[in-house]
Amino acid sequence: MQSAKLAMKNEKVTKMVKLTINNKKMEVEEGTTLLEAAQKLGIEIPTLCHHSALKPYGACRVCLVEVIKGSKVGLVASCTYPAEEGLVAKTDTKRVKRARRLSIELLLARCPTSEKVRELALKLGVKKTRFKEEKEECILCGLCVRVCEEMIGKSAISFINRGADREVTTPFKIESSECIGCGACAYLCPTEVIKIEDVIKYRKLDFWNTKLELKKCKVCGRYFIPTVELKYLKEKIKSFEEIELPEEVLEVCPKCRRRILSDKMKEFIGG
Amino acid sequence: MKLKRPSDLVKARKSIQSRYDPKKTCVTVCCGTGCIASGAHDVAEAFKKEIGKRGLRPRVNLRITGCHGFCEKGPLVVIYPKRTFYQRVKVGDVKEIISQTILKGKIIERLLYVDPVTKKKIIYEDEIPFYKKQRRLIFGNNGRIDPTKIGYYIALNGYTALAKVLYKMSPQQVIDEIKRSGLRGRGGAGFPTGAKWQLCREQKEKPKYIICNADEGDPGAFMDRSLLEGNPHSVLEGMIIGAYAIGAEEGYIYVRNEYPLAIKHLQIALKQAQDWGLVGKNILGTNFSFRIKINKGAGAFVCGEESALIASIEGRIGEPQPRPPFPAESGLWEKPTNINNVKTWANVPLIINKGAKWYSRIGTKTSKGTMIFSLVGKINNTGLVEVPMGISLRKMVYEIGGGIPNGKRFKAVQTGGPSGGCIPASLIDLPVDYEKLTEVGSMMGSGGMVVMDEDTCMVNVAKYFLSFTRDESCGKCTPCREGIKQMYGILDGITRGKGKESDLGLLKELAEIVKDSSLCGLGQTAPNPVLTTLRYFRDEYLTHIRDKRCPAGVCQDLIRYSVIKENCIGCQLCNKVCPTKAISGKKKELQKIDQKKCIKCGACYDACKFEAIGVE
Repeated sequence: MQSAKLAMKNEKVTKMVKLTINNKKMEVEEGTTLLEAAQKLGIEIPTLCHHSALKPYGACRVCLVEVIKGSKVGLVASCTYPAEEGLVAKTDTKRVKRARRLSIELLLARCPTSEKVRELALKLGVKKTRFKEEKEECILCGLCVRVCEEMIGKSAISFINRGADREVTTPFKIESSECIGCGACAYLCPTEVIKIEDVIKYRKLDFWNTKLELKKCKVCGRYFIPTVELKYLKEKIKSFEEIELPEEVLEVCPKCRRRILSDKMKEFIGG
Repeated sequence: MKLKRPSDLVKARKSIQSRYDPKKTCVTVCCGTGCIASGAHDVAEAFKKEIGKRGLRPRVNLRITGCHGFCEKGPLVVIYPKRTFYQRVKVGDVKEIISQTILKGKIIERLLYVDPVTKKKIIYEDEIPFYKKQRRLIFGNNGRIDPTKIGYYIALNGYTALAKVLYKMSPQQVIDEIKRSGLRGRGGAGFPTGAKWQLCREQKEKPKYIICNADEGDPGAFMDRSLLEGNPHSVLEGMIIGAYAIGAEEGYIYVRNEYPLAIKHLQIALKQAQDWGLVGKNILGTNFSFRIKINKGAGAFVCGEESALIASIEGRIGEPQPRPPFPAESGLWEKPTNINNVKTWANVPLIINKGAKWYSRIGTKTSKGTMIFSLVGKINNTGLVEVPMGISLRKMVYEIGGGIPNGKRFKAVQTGGPSGGCIPASLIDLPVDYEKLTEVGSMMGSGGMVVMDEDTCMVNVAKYFLSFTRDESCGKCTPCREGIKQMYGILDGITRGKGKESDLGLLKELAEIVKDSSLCGLGQTAPNPVLTTLRYFRDEYLTHIRDKRCPAGVCQDLIRYSVIKENCIGCQLCNKVCPTKAISGKKKELQKIDQKKCIKCGACYDACKFEAIGVE
């Protein structure tokens, strides 16, 4: 009975669909996005707001591709559009290039100093923007907001306002009571506008108007982890036995953790 | 009392009808939001008092009704059975109406409607061209029923369609009937309703949800509000039928919090429908159950977009989601969901009662039934009008709308809300249906219709609509957020005399690509005002750019007010109204405007009775 259920589940997972991208026929698992399918064929599609660990978002529009379904032809975001049986997609038509170039040109006008944007703009053939330049540094890709919600589970930051006034910030733009200072947002930020700095016993996240107290490493005594992050991780990891690690592992800084491990390995190998 | 079978409904209807004598005098006072704003509540109260004081209650009924659509002339009072029509009625008129019209049958001339075209006074409601040329299938009962009492709706065959569906039709038959009728979504996109229901019905996942989209947000549009305020049961009945056809157990009405009266009337209607066994468990004694919840929206325009609306109900930020999956497959809480506009739902009982064959005879080949438009702008009769699909713009503007005020020239009409296009006077014979409007670069949208005369600057109009979509875009995707902002900036430059000819090419390119590459319907349609004004009024753009002149005299940076020597009699009226004291001159002498002090507010232009202020 159980194996039958499992088989059914497996069958569901492995249902395949046939599609054509740039005249190349292929077969992929149902649920694969066009972006993933194209990557399998080695076709490069630029992205800005996409990250494989996060849910598809479809906001930056630089990954647009043309999709032909019967008599309908339209542009879709390849990062969100699922592969469908019989679908024909093209990633290099005039229409696709024109749309991608305009989106990056608009972002270049918004963030003229951003390295990442300038680099991608050049790659897509946009040397400079014809639009009025602003001095923003954030392209509103939402990676920070999404990683905080989907991976960290905190939602310490969010979008506020609508339309041209949209921005990412903490609630009421004041010091966040939810931020644990993990730095996932800064790690993913493509324009590197979110900066994190440890100053002696504090972690400063100026972009989020937040400053968090750090805890010392049990071994070397160096300040390394925000107290709130440590607390959050301990709550999250319900059973340390299950992950076969002692609870203290969190209270040791990565540097010391590595050293302890290498010392143990030395002992073991006898080097 | 709970109705347990169709015969209960018939009995209830007969009993209600027997209590109303159609020949008895009935004073109806419109208490839609528009008339309330003009003082209708006080008028109704005065009637109540006066009827009571004179002991007329056995002879005269008083009924508070929903919106008639002719809000500009409110408060409206219609006296049945003859349907004598009085407009702009004030508390002070009430005694006279009772003593003269009701008791003696005399007409009060000053309260009559004057046809702006023929200048003739009209006595009866159905003879007023504004109403006469309409076909009020959905909207008609608004003026007849008291929306806070279910009995009125039932008396006018309300819930008959529901009884028919539950006892005589299978869910698939209902869908087939809707398909045959040719009904298309009234919220904007015009997707065939039957096909949408079918898709949702075929989903295996449960539970299923249906949603009534009452997040009406187009500036100047209020047909959904009026329908919810004036005839909420028609919308509820449509939803219950839809739920039966699709197999949904729960429904939501997403209505904006700015519509307090609509919410109040919906709550009352829902409670009454529950009490009568028309909503809730075992509807009309069958084993079909369906609950409805009212969800108040916070007023974001983008929440009218279905995926954003669903996100908002779920408590998330109202942002559109990419499709597929479509709501029919994965909507509210990732369950199959069918979402339709208020007017679409209200069409459903009508189709079931009168049949798809009858319904599909109204309208054009591809657009069936009637459409409710909000006719506003530079037009004599503003208000809500319901017309068969395919009616010409000319009929709308000149016959129902009564033409352009003050003998001005008709210039354009903008349809479809802020994302619609401007249709020029040369296309005035265009039949209004989904396809024809799209062909000329506009759209049906939710039914907004703004009439513009020669004093309207088309560049400024495009700029105005873009300022709206710029602020109301959710800001998620790049083309919509950044593109609209940049288009607005270019238009703003042109209206300030800072435009270049190359701006027009850039504007067109931006508009086309934003339309092509945005995530949702908002961005995909927002450039329409720019594209259509560029297409039909290119000369006007060029005059702004090359001659630094605004032909309509609207763009403040490009105009200049001056005194016309021949017309000025020196009355000094302009002098008195000028807020910056820019006008000088002695009494009975020529006045003069100091251009350095003038802020171009136009107060002098409006005040002058001798056409002695000119705009260049």
